[in-house]
Amino acid sequence: MTITPDWIVYWQLGPFRITATLVFTWLVMALLVLVSHAVTRRLSTGMSVPRGQLLLEIVLDGIRGQIREVAGPGSDRYLPFIGTLFLFVATSNVLAIVPGFRPPTGSLSTTSALALCVFVSVPAFGIASRGLRAYLRTYMEPHPLMLPFNLLGDVTRTIALSIRLFGNMMSGTMIAATALAIAPLFFPIIMNALGLLIGIIQAYIFSILALVFIASASRVQEEQAARSTNPQEETLHG
Amino acid sequence: MDSLELIGMISIIMAGATVGIGAPITAIGEGWAVSRAMGALAQQPDAAPVISRTLFIGLAMTESSAIYCFVVSMILIFANPFWNHFAGLAGAQ
Repeated sequence: MTITPDWIVYWQLGPFRITATLVFTWLVMALLVLVSHAVTRRLSTGMSVPRGQLLLEIVLDGIRGQIREVAGPGSDRYLPFIGTLFLFVATSNVLAIVPGFRPPTGSLSTTSALALCVFVSVPAFGIASRGLRAYLRTYMEPHPLMLPFNLLGDVTRTIALSIRLFGNMMSGTMIAATALAIAPLFFPIIMNALGLLIGIIQAYIFSILALVFIASASRVQEEQAARSTNPQEETLHG
Repeated sequence: MDSLELIGMISIIMAGATVGIGAPITAIGEGWAVSRAMGALAQQPDAAPVISRTLFIGLAMTESSAIYCFVVSMILIFANPFWNHFAGLAGAQ
């Protein structure tokens, strides 16, 4: 029983290995890109829109609504990053019910890579919205003595983000495999349905947590700017 | 009893104990959070989106400790480094 698709190696040349994780990641990427391309190739604004366009609009509108509810107004700049994270994770989690498909999110390398993207984008969005010096000052926010704890918190929440997604998806495939060995008639179907629910919830939680981290790094500045009498000067000096 | 049997026995016992201790405590905490959220939902149904979103985020935070326990027990059972080391030594002999 393989607990992660990293152990399934299709092709190897020296230190480079084409593992199942890589192949299924490419598959998910190709699926997303091809479907989006096929739909957005002919967009219409008339009274009747194609069904695919309607579907994508509903998805986009839902993601944007959630982001606006969490991060407040002016949060559309997070939409490309958070939306991509959600679509990738949700697609690979949902495709887990296809027989033979190992979800790439069930491998610690994929989830670590996604969490590292979040880890890099938090200071990137923070510096872009409030300036380098003002962003670095948030690390000494209550008191300069809190600096190591703030740094440690940044690292540990990234690790927790990756382990959470990995553990949930890995446990889903493990439970399905174990149920198949113990009670192969009806029980695996119920566990697969539960796995679908868990996959969607985990995709939601991963992207919402990334959004909360990013928004908390850049929202402090907006509150301060609203409090200060001259917000323009603040951004100039920041 | 040689070291391989000892390692196997202790690994299996500890893998069960890790989940057996870590999961129920997390479940108690999550159940508590859900019951408080239900109470808040009954009192103010208008605030349902905010309450449920905060509940989901909090549950995910709480659940990660149980997930850590599960990952550790999976490592103990399927990818135990001590077992692999001593099994390699026994295989070489």
